[in-house]
Amino acid sequence: MASEPNHVLEFPGGYTRSVGPVIGRFLSELRDGRIVGVRTAGGRVLVPPAEYDPDTGEDTTREFVEVGPAGTVTTWAWVPEPRPGHPLDRPFAWALIRPDGADTALLHALDVGDHAEPPRLLKTGLRVRPKWRAERTGGIGDIECFRPEVTMITAPTRLEYRLRGGRALDRFLEGIEQGKIIGHRCDVCGQVIVPMKGLCPKDGVPTTQEVELPDTGTVTTFAVNNLPDPRAPEVPFVSAYILLDGAGLTMLTLVAGLPADQVRMGMRVRAAWRPRAEWTRAMSNIKWFEPLDEPDVPFDDIKDYL
Amino acid sequence: MAERCAVIGVGQTAYRTRRPDVSVPGLLREAAARALEDAGLTWTDIDAVVIGKAPDLFEGMTHPEAYLADALGAAGKPIMRVHTAGSVGGSTALVAASLVRGGVHDRVLTIAYEKQSESNATWALTVNTPFTTSLVVGAGGYFAPHIRAYMRRSGAPDHVGTLVAVKDRENALKNPYAHLKIPGISREMVEATPMLWEPIRYLETCPSSDGACAMVLASESAARRAPRPAAWVHGTAMRSEPIFFAGRDTVSPQGGKDCAADVYRQAGITDPRAELDCAEVYVPFSWYEPMWLENLGFCGEGEGWKLTESGATALTGDIPWNPSGGVLSSNPIGASGMIRFAEAALQVRGMAGEHQVDGARRALGHAYGGGAQFFAMWIVGSDRP
Repeated sequence: MASEPNHVLEFPGGYTRSVGPVIGRFLSELRDGRIVGVRTAGGRVLVPPAEYDPDTGEDTTREFVEVGPAGTVTTWAWVPEPRPGHPLDRPFAWALIRPDGADTALLHALDVGDHAEPPRLLKTGLRVRPKWRAERTGGIGDIECFRPEVTMITAPTRLEYRLRGGRALDRFLEGIEQGKIIGHRCDVCGQVIVPMKGLCPKDGVPTTQEVELPDTGTVTTFAVNNLPDPRAPEVPFVSAYILLDGAGLTMLTLVAGLPADQVRMGMRVRAAWRPRAEWTRAMSNIKWFEPLDEPDVPFDDIKDYL
Repeated sequence: MAERCAVIGVGQTAYRTRRPDVSVPGLLREAAARALEDAGLTWTDIDAVVIGKAPDLFEGMTHPEAYLADALGAAGKPIMRVHTAGSVGGSTALVAASLVRGGVHDRVLTIAYEKQSESNATWALTVNTPFTTSLVVGAGGYFAPHIRAYMRRSGAPDHVGTLVAVKDRENALKNPYAHLKIPGISREMVEATPMLWEPIRYLETCPSSDGACAMVLASESAARRAPRPAAWVHGTAMRSEPIFFAGRDTVSPQGGKDCAADVYRQAGITDPRAELDCAEVYVPFSWYEPMWLENLGFCGEGEGWKLTESGATALTGDIPWNPSGGVLSSNPIGASGMIRFAEAALQVRGMAGEHQVDGARRALGHAYGGGAQFFAMWIVGSDRP
């Protein structure tokens, strides 16, 4: 950074500049919120307009053409630390922008949002539009800066609920709050459904007959998850279907307490409860299931629960 | 007896990682306009529209039938939405077919879509209530244990999944609309990718795609006036079952078996492997090919992996599965089922291009969804039934 100046030389009020008929028209149109170029004898449209064709030295035609306001970035340079005289006070790009309908590009500041580094969207070919100042005076600064065209919006989505577990789930969680696992036996198929739903999905009948199940069971099948999840202790973690002893169907839980590559189908497990003082009316009272020091169950005994 | 129904137009967008250049209505209109063009029709010729999409939480969009009615030319016409999780593309086509088969309409536009780039399936499939703790991380987390169960039950060797992963991607190279194009795809390449949800490797899963698929279904009289060959509907079936119940076979769900038996009965098929020429089956994880081969009765129980291993399901085999590259190569979830149905139709119309199965005259389109709970199937043929 340059050091602070120790002497300032400033012409009082600023020098005046007569802009002539071509730049004058350009600035007048800017003040009205329009961008114009001028046509050359060869048919090209110069923006900003000039009194002469820089390629041939001939006068331009004085035929003014409205261009843009949208345009395309033809090249850019990133300004990571804006200086005091810069048009923006956060990192931005100086860009050459070719307004639609023009054959040349205009230099202006391009605001791509609040980024320390050039964002991915900033590239040659980016479509941009001017941000006009409300109060315009007839200067290039009447355009505060250019901004990318709108390509995406966000749609905030939020739903609010008042949830109730319902009779069967409330009763199940009441058990869990007391360290008990309760299921329902179906009067038709005789199977124990846990957690119970108050009905047997297979037979379509209500269930009411409570059965308390032990917190031990058998892993029927499982996945080793290599993707992180806030509820899992670590990666990899094992999500497993466990057939509680006496249950008619499996439940999905975490298995921990041994390396993931040692979990087996048929492995015997027991629930690992949180300390009693932490129990609430929620399944999270059981952290996960841990291996029991018992022989594996033969595959034939679990194959009908897969 | 139902009225006859035929597919006279199919339109697809190319399936891509993201289509930021189009809005949802723009994406749908791209597919719909191609289907109308194929059918030689304009928007005004359509009597009704049936639309399907992924569950609402995926991209936070509800009521597509209201939002998209104008975009699909449905102002003043019946439009309805179908919702059956991942099988929705299939069941959407079946609802549309039922409007023709029931004699209600002559020309129905059916369409399904998803912009997965602006959707979050894993989040949507993992949300919890305060009372339960789901430990499923995305669809792969749900299906991995059931794949493991299949491998154990059937004794299939570990490499069978990689064979499907390679075969479907080789087919995708012949399909201009397919998303994943991996020249030189090989078993080694698949095996070198990480396990996401063991036993599922990265390249054994489907991609996330943006895209839409549309069809025009027509009555017999409307089909007679179509400019191109029709795919005649020979049978349609849907089944569902609860996700948890005692005695459920999660590896080979009864709902799938019943659905297949129903659609075969309608089409007069007793031996699907021999009597069908190809099949487009919803295989989002490679191992679901051998699993569905068994569930759909293409072989006996425990034999599916042998059929895959023998090459029977390759494009050069006796019963090609997923000549288009399947869900493993293109997966705009809400549309994936309809793509299966549409590709089956393209095959029997002889319009599948480079991935055409020579002389295909009867094909199966299949979709499943939820925790393998929803099944939708149709059989289409070159011959009027």
